[in-house]
Amino acid sequence: MTQTKQFGPLTRLLMNDAAGRKLLLILVLMAVFIPLSNLLLPEGSFFHVSTYTMTLLGKYLCYALLAIAVDLIWGYCGILSLGHGAFFALGGYAMGMYLMRQIGDRGVYGNPELPDFMVFLNWTELPWYWLGFDQFWFAMLMVLLAPGILAFVFGALAFRSRVTGVYLSIITQALTYALLLAFFRNDMGFGGNNGLTDFKDILGYSLQSDNTRAVLFVASVLALILGYLISRFIVTSKLGRVLVAIRDSESRARFLGYRVEHYKLFVFVVSSMLAGVAGALYVPQVGIINPGEFAPINSIEIIIWVAVGGRGTLFGAVIGAMLVNYAKTYFTGAFAELWLFMLGGLFVLTTLYLPKGVVGLWAQLKEKYQAEAEDNPPALNTETQSKAAPEQQDKLNFVQGEKV
Amino acid sequence: MFTLFRRVFFAVLLLSASHNLLANNADTQPSLAELSQQLISANYKEKAALAEQIALAEDDQAIVILQALLDSRLYYVKSNGQLLLVDSSGEPDSAQDAFTLQAVTGLGKRDIKKIGVNNSLRVALRSLISRAQISSKHKSQRMAAAQNLLKSSDDIDRAFIDQALQREADNSVAEVLHLVRALMQLKADQTEERIEGLTALDGALYPEVRAGLSEFIRSFSDEEKLSRKNEYQLAQTTLTDIEKLVSINGYIENLYFGLALGAVLLLAAIGLAITFGVMGVINMAHGEMIMLGAYTTYVVQLLMPEHIGLSLVVAVPAAFLVSGLVGVLIERSVIRHLYGRPLETLLATFGISLILQQAVRSIFSPLNREVATPDWMAGTFMINPALELTWNRLYIIIFSLMVLAVLALVLKRTLFGLQMRAVTMNRPMASSMGIKTGWVDALTFGLGSGIAGIAGVALSQLTNVGPNLGQAYIIDSFMVVVFGGVGNLWGTLVGAMTLGVANKIFEPLAGAVLAKIMVLVFIILFIQKRPRGLFALKGRAVDNG
Repeated sequence: MTQTKQFGPLTRLLMNDAAGRKLLLILVLMAVFIPLSNLLLPEGSFFHVSTYTMTLLGKYLCYALLAIAVDLIWGYCGILSLGHGAFFALGGYAMGMYLMRQIGDRGVYGNPELPDFMVFLNWTELPWYWLGFDQFWFAMLMVLLAPGILAFVFGALAFRSRVTGVYLSIITQALTYALLLAFFRNDMGFGGNNGLTDFKDILGYSLQSDNTRAVLFVASVLALILGYLISRFIVTSKLGRVLVAIRDSESRARFLGYRVEHYKLFVFVVSSMLAGVAGALYVPQVGIINPGEFAPINSIEIIIWVAVGGRGTLFGAVIGAMLVNYAKTYFTGAFAELWLFMLGGLFVLTTLYLPKGVVGLWAQLKEKYQAEAEDNPPALNTETQSKAAPEQQDKLNFVQGEKV
Repeated sequence: MFTLFRRVFFAVLLLSASHNLLANNADTQPSLAELSQQLISANYKEKAALAEQIALAEDDQAIVILQALLDSRLYYVKSNGQLLLVDSSGEPDSAQDAFTLQAVTGLGKRDIKKIGVNNSLRVALRSLISRAQISSKHKSQRMAAAQNLLKSSDDIDRAFIDQALQREADNSVAEVLHLVRALMQLKADQTEERIEGLTALDGALYPEVRAGLSEFIRSFSDEEKLSRKNEYQLAQTTLTDIEKLVSINGYIENLYFGLALGAVLLLAAIGLAITFGVMGVINMAHGEMIMLGAYTTYVVQLLMPEHIGLSLVVAVPAAFLVSGLVGVLIERSVIRHLYGRPLETLLATFGISLILQQAVRSIFSPLNREVATPDWMAGTFMINPALELTWNRLYIIIFSLMVLAVLALVLKRTLFGLQMRAVTMNRPMASSMGIKTGWVDALTFGLGSGIAGIAGVALSQLTNVGPNLGQAYIIDSFMVVVFGGVGNLWGTLVGAMTLGVANKIFEPLAGAVLAKIMVLVFIILFIQKRPRGLFALKGRAVDNG
């Protein structure tokens, strides 16, 4: 840690992170070449990337950012949130509201002020919470604030009263479930069942054009890189160490004098904002946001991305999100029936046989075939130590305590 | 003036009717069958006269025939004039002989013809049926007739009601008839009589009484409100009193619905209280165990289509076994390896829930399946006119309490229960006392899952049976366990009932969805105050979370 001052901040972040360096390199290359090949190369060319593929990849990138957000709290702080989809969806709704206002009078009813669904509901004026969403900067602020404030209030309540472990998981699931029900209501003013859709353009550029798509793709890559670096910054800082300490033994961290609930709250809010940004980038690329995004199963799927990739390694979360979503796209297309079996099996097998995910498997194999192991990223080290699950350790202590 | 005229007119009519009766008795009385047969060829006017005679015949079947005539369900066979009852679809397949009620087959649409009715005949028929029923031997028919009269108190005359009242021996029917009379008194000319009517109406819960009263209140002009002040005020207080009573009944009904919902939640959550509370295992596939139970009911009904009434009795143990076995299987194959890692257990069981859902979807199709309700569970029972409760909910409330009682017995009084509690309290110690902790775990998990299966049987009677059945209840059941406190059957009972009732009490105030949200928010806030639920475990177990 003393070395940090001698290097630039970026160097510090990536110095011990070989995998992260590779990941960022790939991402930068993607950001450069995919849009170029989409825009410049002719459609028949072998290297041409279709707009469909680019948008799909863009979607995966948003999911990857979401996975990083979840990994930040689950992998490094032990908070298993089963409601992170809610923050994603809130960010998405904030973006969706901006895009709705951008439609202007081009809607079916041609009302310059009100979105179509409000005209349909016979509303005469914009609800107060829609004010300001015609401004891009305001919408972007809300993308951060809406999930952030919810996470702050919810987290403050939950962490202060020491709701932990599975209790917290269930409560977060209830949170997203409550929001799901709420957003289904027409009187909420968010389009009810249908959500927000039929977007036309963003900042004056048509959402249908390849150029805009390419820009959105690049923005997704940049957001992912930025999200990765922010998370990396957090987990490599002293604060990150405390987070890991909390994950491994909350009571001990508390007894050592750390205000556990403050640390948890901070990382929870940051994570919710990352999720919100992911949602905001997701919406213009898929063209719709509806209450379905709040469904508890969506939030749980995020967990499996992280688990498959490797909990507690940020790049693992990215890999997991990409892998699982690619599999999902492939299987829902080819064998729709099989997908849920696959997903379910994935849950069971990962928890049983791949506690450290694909990344961990990779490391294991590497160790097996290479005599000398490369320096593992610090996050993985702590992960290995904590692998003798905290509960078991507690039990050991407990048994010893009995003897004395 | 007009009312007076009408009363005189009806009195005359009644007289002539009784004359007819006497005359008929003197002559050779034509039988019901002969009279009915004449309906075929009669014109509307003659039909009215015939109907009157039919109504006087002392035969229950007369009412059936008149009712069928009123509903346009009375047909005859063109070739031989046989009278038929056909159901409202008018399909000849449903034809029955009008007198013997035996099914008549082999008729085509062209072979039969409806006996027509017009509007004035319908009006006449309605009052005839009520009159015939009011003198019926059966109490239920007299009650139905009295209630019908309440609906159409304008068309009848006082003398008729008074007569019926004199004859009536049964108190409950007489009560309704009194109400009819009181409603008619409201339209009387003398103030005393109207006041008498108003006093008689006090506390009556029939919607017709309310309608009559508010109509009466509306009939006051502004001057009359002053000139007949007493009467006006009396009418208003009577109406508000009644409305108060009705709303109290509404609350009772809500409470009942709430208790029923609570019972369902209780059934769903008891199993969870065992797996989550006693074993500390988060079983996200619990909802799917409920779903398996519901599908077991469906399969049992498929296997014994002749005995729907019995099928539920068979389905309860069958569902317990199916879900319980699946539970044991899950415990042995997956959960066993994950003890002490609650978050991983949560994920793995969630995966299992997805697999089970998809399996059911592949086997039974994604559509909802129909599970029949046995006759003994269908229908309602009436406590008073403003409060009608359904039987199936009552059964489910009783059933859930029974399950809870049996489970409490198993836990407290059997060897298995003892072993289970021992393992929960101190695993190493229990193990060293010779308890096979592994098997106790498996059986405990099986027990919890089996009870979820039983919950599925109950749920199949209330909601649609589909692959997503379990998901709808899993979050609520977790809320119950979290709210009531882990590892405590009492907590589960209180939690389930509180949440059920709270849901249903908020519902009329805020709408179903908002009520649910309010309850969820309430729980989230409640957890702030008591993070371990209402009835928290004390001592050592607390720190394991």
